[in-house]
Amino acid sequence: MPSRDVAIVGFAQSASVRREASRNEVEMLMPILQEAKRQAGLRGRDIGVTVSGSCDYLAGQPFAFVSALDAVGAWPPIVESHVEMDGAWALYEAWVKLQTGEADSALVYAFGKSSMGDLPEVLTIQLDPYTTAPLWPDAVSLAALQARAYLEKTGTSERDLAEVAFRSRRAAAANPKAQVRTSADAETLLATPYLVSPLRAHDCPPISDGCAAIVLACGDAVKKSAMTPVWIRGIDHRIEAHALGVRDLTTSPSTKLAGEKAGVGKGRVDLAELHAPFTHQELILREALGLGAGVDVNPSGGALAANPMMVAGLVRIGEAAARLAGGAGKRAVAHATSGPCLQQNLVCVLERD
Amino acid sequence: MNRMAETASGRLTAAHVLEYPYRRSVGPVMGAFFTGLTERRLLGVRARDGRVLVPPVEYDPESGESIGEMIEVGPGGVVTTWAWVEKPRAKHPLDRPFAWALVRLDGAGSAMLHAVDAGSAAAMRTGMRVRPRWKAEPEGNIHDIVCFEPERA
Amino acid sequence: MSEITNIVTPIRLDYTYTAGHATQRFLLGMAEGRILGQRCPECAKVYVPPRGACPKCGVPTTDEVEVTGKGTVTTFCIVRIPSDVLSVPPPFTCAHVLLDGADLPFFALIQECDFDAVRMGMRVEAVWAPKAELAATFESIRYFRPIDEPDAPYETYKEHL
Repeated sequence: MPSRDVAIVGFAQSASVRREASRNEVEMLMPILQEAKRQAGLRGRDIGVTVSGSCDYLAGQPFAFVSALDAVGAWPPIVESHVEMDGAWALYEAWVKLQTGEADSALVYAFGKSSMGDLPEVLTIQLDPYTTAPLWPDAVSLAALQARAYLEKTGTSERDLAEVAFRSRRAAAANPKAQVRTSADAETLLATPYLVSPLRAHDCPPISDGCAAIVLACGDAVKKSAMTPVWIRGIDHRIEAHALGVRDLTTSPSTKLAGEKAGVGKGRVDLAELHAPFTHQELILREALGLGAGVDVNPSGGALAANPMMVAGLVRIGEAAARLAGGAGKRAVAHATSGPCLQQNLVCVLERD
Repeated sequence: MNRMAETASGRLTAAHVLEYPYRRSVGPVMGAFFTGLTERRLLGVRARDGRVLVPPVEYDPESGESIGEMIEVGPGGVVTTWAWVEKPRAKHPLDRPFAWALVRLDGAGSAMLHAVDAGSAAAMRTGMRVRPRWKAEPEGNIHDIVCFEPERA
Repeated sequence: MSEITNIVTPIRLDYTYTAGHATQRFLLGMAEGRILGQRCPECAKVYVPPRGACPKCGVPTTDEVEVTGKGTVTTFCIVRIPSDVLSVPPPFTCAHVLLDGADLPFFALIQECDFDAVRMGMRVEAVWAPKAELAATFESIRYFRPIDEPDAPYETYKEHL
């Protein structure tokens, strides 16, 4: 259990767009970092530790993340770290750093400009390079394998999946940062052709460019915040085997375990932000976390409405915190995923006073 | 990277190609698997719990102990889940509509990913039997299996 | 067939890069034979080429600054290793050139100069491509060459090494 109470005291995100053609990553990040720090009431030199999450393959440039530091201002030299993962894992590292007492505040940011490459193929590179990646299965195809296994095992229908998409897009209508903000009804969605059966376009996330930042604080640093502090009451992440063929794709044991360790079941959950890029994954995650019908799931629209790679998981934590800070509830669950077919999962429990 | 060129919108863009000609050492376990492919044999490895894992792994997934007893499996197997690709990508193994499938080879306790050439989605179902279609001259890599195809009754 | 000990698994991914605001301004300047930088509103340092941010202060650099093609060699090396990706055959001289009015030296070729004559503090100027060949690329500056000026005192560039 955490020995120091850590709060989210700032959150900002860019609008998710299909193609950010005029700004580079640094130019995208800068106003977001400034806004998150403004909310936290902290200036650059007050920040104790900086951690970022991104993926070099999105830009096709090894060590692309170091150039993003231009947006932070790394002089005099700062305490900094990077994870080649979604920013949610950068937040976890920052949280651990704050637990050590070495710092009282942390800036966490993530960025992803997927539009420069062919994202479904870029994601193939994360697979086993000996027997799987040489076949070039793309990300949508792998999700479709999981979707069919799930549908056939549980009796869930393609219509149920369309309902998930419809509800996500409808919710996104109220979220100016989201990308897909309108939707035909489930009946109309079901009449569209398969992308990779059993998945249709609405079952899959949009390809997004975007970035986000969160500021964490503990101790006296929390008092400077202009945002109502939202406390991280539990956080944990777990990973499963790499090979798809040795896993049961219809459940998410890593989410279940991370949820238990983070203490999801210790109180009533008012809302949840789940990082489910594909419709069937939301259903798998709800079950793994034991979220009942009374929980408002993905009020932001979730990853089905905006899915900037390496950012969308961090955004789930930020969205949940911002909603609690805005009075939408007292207790929330935020989740982030990484790897093919929900291989790795992070669960975070948030509360406001 | 190539030179920047101005697009119709007035924005400068440039094409960039990332290309790595990786040559990978495979070690004794994967080496045996790939050598088996050259002989049109499919080899797995026995895990501590008795399951045969295909493709094989060097270490037991639960205990982490080194394992290496090779077991021949297949060549036929069962589709445990599948996805139909109506419009194949250029890099996909087949250039006509096909299914991705997880195939549990006879005698194996895990499934392997590959393509199934079934002609149409209507010919696919979970639980169907498939067998490998071999390349004429195997070279010792995963492409020695061109794809799987439905086993005729 | 003999035992397989390794396999070849090539990877190829295709990207389309966009330049971003600051780099686009810089490259369009190159096409006009102009060198455009940006000044930090906090520390007043001038970055050429600009990236849209001050890497020290972490703030947007919004003021555009034009500088001339004259500058100072802050450090240099002689390249003698052949490579397929080089645009000129070795040996040749590479240098960090700090343009007058700029606070960030950049990597450049030095030509029209003997190897043993290159030195820190040497004054140089840009040699541009012919007007008809100017384009939105850093290669619009073909190289730098020495000019007949006294060497810059060490104090003027010691912070830019």
